[in-house]
Amino acid sequence: MTGVIEPGEYLEFVWAAYGLTVLGVGGLIAFILAERALASRHLKREEDEADK
Amino acid sequence: MISYLANPKRFEAFARIAIPVCGGLALLLIAAGLWFGLLDSPPDRYQGDTIRIMYVHVPAAWLGLGLYLAMAVASFVYFIWRHNLADVAATALAPVGAVFAAICLVTGAIWGKPTWTVWWVWDARLTSMLIQFLLFLGYIALRAAIEDERLAARSAAILAMVGLVNLPIVRFSVEWWDGLLHQGATVFRADGPAIHGSQLLPLMIMVFGFTFLAGWMVLYRMRSAIMSRKAGNLQRIREAKA
Repeated sequence: MTGVIEPGEYLEFVWAAYGLTVLGVGGLIAFILAERALASRHLKREEDEADK
Repeated sequence: MISYLANPKRFEAFARIAIPVCGGLALLLIAAGLWFGLLDSPPDRYQGDTIRIMYVHVPAAWLGLGLYLAMAVASFVYFIWRHNLADVAATALAPVGAVFAAICLVTGAIWGKPTWTVWWVWDARLTSMLIQFLLFLGYIALRAAIEDERLAARSAAILAMVGLVNLPIVRFSVEWWDGLLHQGATVFRADGPAIHGSQLLPLMIMVFGFTFLAGWMVLYRMRSAIMSRKAGNLQRIREAKA
């Protein structure tokens, strides 16, 4: 078991592909969580207003 | 199943269980897939270590197509039966599908450079996949551009259904056109997969891992959208009273 730990030809392409995938998926997850936080705050504010 | 989940309360109960299950399975499978794909599987005889790009490129490509199909089906359900939850699903699917299609295109270009010596060629597979990505962007842009919610939903649903035409072109382009730089099908073939078991295992683990991740993302977004619509309705009632 050596895989990508051992130096190999074109490994920089492999790391670039995985790095950009992490960036894309990570960015999307951050967007999804931020979207939820916004929706949650909006709903709480409106529910509080309705309770008044 | 679709009509059962069309009830918002049933969907809420389903999502409460499905979201953590999908998230947990995605984490486990992707961790296992990375271990097998990056460390345990051997380099390819011809492509060397660059074959490891396949373990993110292929799942992203399949999801780019699968999520579009799901978006078109949800759009169809909304268009015919006017069910709001189907529209919520289609809207939730679009950015997730766009990101996976983008990952497919970018990782494909990175894989193409050492393999074909070029980042990009305008062959049928690459071009039709780019169109697939643009269809997702078109859907998102169309929804954002029209202020009337119902008109936006209907217009976007039509675009999603029309865009279905591109799916078989992406899928069968490698069979319909000769002399493409992109390789032909290697997993779904009449005579069985054409790749070694040591490569097929991490590939399939990553495919399932990415699928559960996309499931988590879509269900999570759907719940956020439902909360947002609920807040919007309360706001409209409050403003009407004032």
